[in-house]
Amino acid sequence: MWPGIRSFRQRRYQMTSNRSWTPYLLILPSVAFLALLFVAPLVQTIWLALSENGAPSLANMRTMVNDLNFVPSLRNTFLLALAVVPVQVAIALAMGTLVAKIGAGRETILWIWTIPLGISDLAAGMVWLAILQNTGYLNSLLFGLGLIERQTAWLTYQTPVALFVGIAVAEIWRGTAIVMVIIVAGLNQVPREYREAAEIFGAGPWTRFWRITLPLIRPALQSALILRTVLAFEVFAVVYALGGRNFPVLVGEAYTWQNQNQNYGVAGAYAVLIMVISLAATVVYLKAIKVDPERLP
Amino acid sequence: MKTFISAAMLTTTIMAFTSPVLADTIFLSTQLRPIEEATAVREQILQGLEGKVDYVVEEPPQFAVRMEAERQAGTHTISLVGALHGELSPLADKESLEPLDELATKLAGRIPQSLLDLGKLGKQTQQYIPWMQATYVMAAHKDALQYLPEGADINALTYDQLIAWGKTMAEKTGQPQIGFPAGPKGLMARYFEGYFYPSFTGGVVRTFKNPDAAAGWEKFKELWAVVSPNSTNYDFMQEPLAAGEVMVAWDHVARLKNAISAAPDNYVAFPAPAGPKGRGYMPVVAGLAIPKGAPDRAGAEQVIEHLSTQDTQLLTASLVGFFPTLDVTLPPDLDEGVALLAGAVNAIQTSKDAVISLLPIGLGDKGGEFNKVYMDAFQRIVLRGEPVADVLEAQGKVLGQLMADTTAPCWAPDAASEGACPVE
Repeated sequence: MWPGIRSFRQRRYQMTSNRSWTPYLLILPSVAFLALLFVAPLVQTIWLALSENGAPSLANMRTMVNDLNFVPSLRNTFLLALAVVPVQVAIALAMGTLVAKIGAGRETILWIWTIPLGISDLAAGMVWLAILQNTGYLNSLLFGLGLIERQTAWLTYQTPVALFVGIAVAEIWRGTAIVMVIIVAGLNQVPREYREAAEIFGAGPWTRFWRITLPLIRPALQSALILRTVLAFEVFAVVYALGGRNFPVLVGEAYTWQNQNQNYGVAGAYAVLIMVISLAATVVYLKAIKVDPERLP
Repeated sequence: MKTFISAAMLTTTIMAFTSPVLADTIFLSTQLRPIEEATAVREQILQGLEGKVDYVVEEPPQFAVRMEAERQAGTHTISLVGALHGELSPLADKESLEPLDELATKLAGRIPQSLLDLGKLGKQTQQYIPWMQATYVMAAHKDALQYLPEGADINALTYDQLIAWGKTMAEKTGQPQIGFPAGPKGLMARYFEGYFYPSFTGGVVRTFKNPDAAAGWEKFKELWAVVSPNSTNYDFMQEPLAAGEVMVAWDHVARLKNAISAAPDNYVAFPAPAGPKGRGYMPVVAGLAIPKGAPDRAGAEQVIEHLSTQDTQLLTASLVGFFPTLDVTLPPDLDEGVALLAGAVNAIQTSKDAVISLLPIGLGDKGGEFNKVYMDAFQRIVLRGEPVADVLEAQGKVLGQLMADTTAPCWAPDAASEGACPVE
């Protein structure tokens, strides 16, 4: 055996062994950061939820489940997520495809569409409250058109359907932009050649969308769905502004138990429940929308 | 060199942050938070003091968290706190307030003894000095007065008359015109604890589920039929009142003041209605306390004395609408809106059938859950239409457990108890 080859192999071995721990070293700061500011409070929250007077206990969980707002808040949160997320994805896909076809002014349109992203949740809620409340713009418009005779209430406990629709519309308005941004990024990565080739072979726009675009933007779609669904389970400020007590949601209940009832244990129980639901939803998406590992970034 | 520079930077930073803190007396308050009120405190009410006072405001939940954080960390920045009776009670419960007996003796001649005793929070020593007081009244737009039932005296309404009034208003104007602050930040729980229960049952805890209470809830459902359904969104009744969404409202005087002071000629203020057991009413007291470990106790005591002088108390009343805790008569040149509200308070206090309901004492940090018992009962009976007897039975159990856990004895109007106040 030639000595030169041996030393080359050794060197290569050393290099790869060096490289094997370099990535870990590089992510160490962020892991430490997460451990300190995320894992530690998480463990504390779980302990807060599952203990009473320093001993393990399910009392907080029992209080949460037996509370009169528990079932409505769970139902409302899921209904809202079910109503809002698909609509947002559909609208975002339509917006993304539209914007891909536009040449001049594309940036301006994208900029306008992403304005809701720059507005805080609560501010968005206030904007929609100004529209939907008794003395709001919607009533003024309807009155101006002669459709109503006097102020109509849309956001009360007596009008649950209107209240739900109002909150859903506000949420769709506020949250679609983030889905669109991710989908536009995904669409930009789809090579033009595929579509052109399909066009030459006579595929119509629908076929091109279903058979080429949609499968190729799966990774982006997956990220968008996970992000949006998790955010939908955490919905709070918009609901709080529009529905208040009339439309309990999980995060709202956590807030009420923490701030109004001053019972941090039950608030912790809600926080843990929300986390479990979010994690479960993420797993479902990871399994349901299979992404080709080679297409992962 | 590098270490020297960073050490120097650290020192200057620490100096920059600590030196002003040491110079000022920090006064943390959950009251008078809106910017106009806080400015009035900083620029007018706290004027004339020797030392510099830094007036900082905090929402009640954050106040509780901050006080607890300072207590646990042992690093104290706050020398004086101003908060409601119910917000100070958990602090006293954790033994984190300095006893103020000397100050209390000094002020004994000026502040009525019954009020001063509230500041003991059920303990042996003075926990806080009563600072301001307020209560809840009803206010109505003058346009609503034409619909009053015949023969009704607005200063001595009964629940039947209020319901009849509400019905006429709803019929004539096309929509319900009575409003309650039953929104997420509203004070509706105090309505049940200080007005509804005392008026219908003559008690608050003991009588929670008795037949009088059941009859009262049936009556309240009748009233709710002529109450604006937006009430569950209302937090401060001055807003819907000023916007013309409702004509008649019940709320805390400070939460009605803006509407009434803006147009005193358009409104009347009057006591809440009376039920079969009398006219319930609940005085609200805000107190001043010094946390244990306060960095500037002497400065804090000076501020308390300053705020307890007659001039400052009258100034406070005219600027922010809270009434004095001192035994003084309000001057005639008071803000017109405040004068109207003061008239209503006077009408309650002098009415023959008044039933005083004190603020809960001894609940510690369970005050929020105590309120929740009443609000849950309201939500289930009135908003969800569940059978009254079942709800009172279930909520009564929760209340009984809560009282047993806190071992809080009964307070007025409930008859005194030995040990925890029972639900009968």
